[in-house]
Amino acid sequence: MGTLVATRSVLHLRDVGLDDVPTVGGKGAGLGELLRAGIRVPTGVVVTTAAFRRTVEHLTSAGLPIPARVAALDPADAEELAAATAEIRAVLESAPPPDEVAEALTAAYAALCEECGGPDLPVAVRSSATSEDSAEASFAGLQDTYLWVRGADSVLAHVRRCWASLYSVESVTYRLRRGIPETDLGMAVVVQRMVDARSSGVLFTRSPRTGDKSVVAIDASWGLGSAVVGGDVTPDSFVVSKVTGEIRRTVASKTRWHRPDPSGYGVVETDVPAELQDRPSISDAEIAELVAIARRVEAHHGCPQDVEWAVAETAAGAEVFLLQSRPETVWAEKDRARTAAPAARPFDHVFHVLGGKRPSEG
Amino acid sequence: MPERSFPLPSEIEAVPGAEGWEAMYPYFSRFQPEDDQRFWFYNSMHFPEVVPAFDGITSEVPYTAIGANTARLFSFPTTMGIEYRILNGRVYITANPVLDEAEQGRRFVHFQERAGHYYANWDRIYGEWQQRIEALIAEIEAVEVPVLGELDPLEVVTGGRGFASNHQVRENFHRCIDLYSKMWHHHTELLMLGYGAYVVFFEFCKQAFPEMGDQMVARMVAGMDVTMYRPDDELKQLAALAVELDLADLFVEGAEPAKVLAALGERGDTGARWLAALEAAKDPWFNVSVGDGFYHHHLSWADDLTVPFAALPRYVEQVAAGEDLTRPTERLAEERDRIAAEYRALLDSEDEKAAFDQMLGLCRQVFPYIESHKFYCEHWFTTRFFQKIRAFGTLLAERGVLLAADDVFHLRHVEVEDALADVMLAWASGGTELGARHWQPIVAERKRIVEALSGWSAPPALGAVPEALNDPAVKMLWGITQETVETWLGGTDDDESTVRGYAASPGVVEGFARVLLNVNDIGQIREGEVLVCPVTAPSWGPVFGKIAAAVSDIGGTMSHAAIVAREYGMPAVVGTGMATARIRTGDRVRVDGDRGVVTVLG
Repeated sequence: MGTLVATRSVLHLRDVGLDDVPTVGGKGAGLGELLRAGIRVPTGVVVTTAAFRRTVEHLTSAGLPIPARVAALDPADAEELAAATAEIRAVLESAPPPDEVAEALTAAYAALCEECGGPDLPVAVRSSATSEDSAEASFAGLQDTYLWVRGADSVLAHVRRCWASLYSVESVTYRLRRGIPETDLGMAVVVQRMVDARSSGVLFTRSPRTGDKSVVAIDASWGLGSAVVGGDVTPDSFVVSKVTGEIRRTVASKTRWHRPDPSGYGVVETDVPAELQDRPSISDAEIAELVAIARRVEAHHGCPQDVEWAVAETAAGAEVFLLQSRPETVWAEKDRARTAAPAARPFDHVFHVLGGKRPSEG
Repeated sequence: MPERSFPLPSEIEAVPGAEGWEAMYPYFSRFQPEDDQRFWFYNSMHFPEVVPAFDGITSEVPYTAIGANTARLFSFPTTMGIEYRILNGRVYITANPVLDEAEQGRRFVHFQERAGHYYANWDRIYGEWQQRIEALIAEIEAVEVPVLGELDPLEVVTGGRGFASNHQVRENFHRCIDLYSKMWHHHTELLMLGYGAYVVFFEFCKQAFPEMGDQMVARMVAGMDVTMYRPDDELKQLAALAVELDLADLFVEGAEPAKVLAALGERGDTGARWLAALEAAKDPWFNVSVGDGFYHHHLSWADDLTVPFAALPRYVEQVAAGEDLTRPTERLAEERDRIAAEYRALLDSEDEKAAFDQMLGLCRQVFPYIESHKFYCEHWFTTRFFQKIRAFGTLLAERGVLLAADDVFHLRHVEVEDALADVMLAWASGGTELGARHWQPIVAERKRIVEALSGWSAPPALGAVPEALNDPAVKMLWGITQETVETWLGGTDDDESTVRGYAASPGVVEGFARVLLNVNDIGQIREGEVLVCPVTAPSWGPVFGKIAAAVSDIGGTMSHAAIVAREYGMPAVVGTGMATARIRTGDRVRVDGDRGVVTVLG
């Protein structure tokens, strides 16, 4: 797909995969890859890095040369830096993008609405970084997620807020200190159908506590996953053996949840109804389905995954969706340190373990 | 910060009515003042009750043998043997570690050579072992109590034997003691090497899969053709035969064995066929002690048919209802291999998988011994041993030294030799044994002492708190780790309603508890109850068909209750230290076999 993917402003998730990180960022590429693997993911589109570059070029030709202004800044001058980045962010959020970008997004959103059978489809707008540098990603405000966004204009506004986050004081300081050229800068934004989650959470295809790869660890709570990710609730914990399916469960008292605002726009945090608080937020059948899906994703990628998921009540009953999957990184490092090798004779292992301290070991 | 300590042996208060209990046991089993500085724990797995004087041999001899094997034969680098002490009739033990690193290194050289020889030739040696142990069993079965008649038989004279029958009284008694000692040397000959292989695989699995339950390792290595299940299997076959021969009506709950046998005798040919099958099954399969072979009064099925006949009605009912009671060994083997293959597939590298294969292979090689030796040693041999000692007791009773044959078990084995010498002399001199006056008051007093001591609640540990507990043998056999010690010290925040132990078999159930301190009471168990007991042994097998979960005071993941519970697929928590004290019959309890927690719900 090469040139097509590289030049279009908006792409459907079904048309992208892991090779497209430079164009659609890690999040977008990951979601596309999940779809390719046959995993149920809420449908959506990606505003590509090409759209971002076009916008920056458009602003430059309109007399607002953002890259040059950033390159001229002194990272030691905090006052000037704060003022300049605030101004840049204001420009990005308010100045109109090129018509081609706005039209492409409006058309793609309309198509999404049609795909899902109704106008004003609620969507999640999330930034999708191209950099594999996790430190840079964290400075660049790449955790930005806007939920329950409706209408083409609002979607476009939130896409621009994601772009603007690239020009936070921290992000700009980081790039300047490391000499990262502004011309390399890129960001994609995922616009994805909002799942009206009855329950949601995160899961790891290995234990985050011990690194054990024989279990899937699920954190789950009522409502939208933002309550779990943001730490606003103590979630239920289910540790499931991949080998036997046995579940070790800790059902928490879940007092707060994130729900769509009754107005239909945005999200509110409220108290969980008393009768739900101490009930498990997902059923054993849902746990089993999550584990099965997680293992497919893990097998598809060939390494342990860190997954965001949601369960929605649809006409077809409770359905499990994956919202994101990325490689688990914390334990991957420690794995390299672990070694076990075959011995000359099987019983040499016994000598190794029961042998005590040997003179050769000092 | 104050030093933490368990009760000191020297500070344990005397039990009223049990004064003089020390004379029941050898001097070398008594706590010494300096023992206060050491860590001791109550071996309630093997000695859940007060030890009668003769039964002191079941600690003296096994510890003589196990230490000889680890310390002197195989030269285990980090451990010598086990020391034991008896306090108020309970057996406390401690392991003697080798701490000096240079010494460990010297021992390691020999360990490699000696243990290596056994591992390299395991299958041959285990085959020979089975022959040797069966020869020992044949020897103990052949021991006779001499008949002391008016005159010795003429053949003694004409055959030129050269010694009279009273000589053989002591020789034959002593042969029993010697054979018992040899049996224990055989028992421990392969035991620690077998556990060594198991521990190595266990540690590897725990490192690779830290969240894996302890029981999962055992499930991957469990043998399928396990001698331990054979007595129970024989019962099931007898139940099937009863149904086939239309004798099912005779096996009803609560019927006394003697009455059932008499009724069978009146059923003509079919009854006779069933009785013949019973006799065939009895030898050797009914030589299972209702305990673990450490007490003379834990009779075998062969000695007392109560336990097997208590299990028969249910099996008969199940067979009549068309249930298949045979162990699904094929399905169990498939499940075992599936679990092992899935864990293997989760390993990172080909190197790790190769190491896994080696360790698992070694484990499966040694496991038939680990799972089957108890039948040969603690059950078959020991049943015969106690029967022989009881026969010498009968001689002492017939000669008027004791009031009853079983009173012999209130004498230490060296005292029995004294009493037998009395008989040998009296028979020779034409005089009268003097033992009645000497031994009968002693026996009476000891019976009172045992009774008084039985009410004593033995602390789980005594003496100093150990800095580190990492002896693999202690962990595997007794389920005692640093965490256990902390629990004993009361370091956790648990309230009275929570009992913690080893997660021995997964699953969570709730049910009513049935606390059984004595295996002879297993007839009280009702369908679906949770068994709470000090420890279980193979003869408890039939109980597992009825209960919903098992909880024991003592035991590790390799203990009997753990192995059987896993096979029956029911939750088990073992090694709790205090379940029988905390839980009462009728309590509603939740047994969490995944986490090793038992909760009293009310």
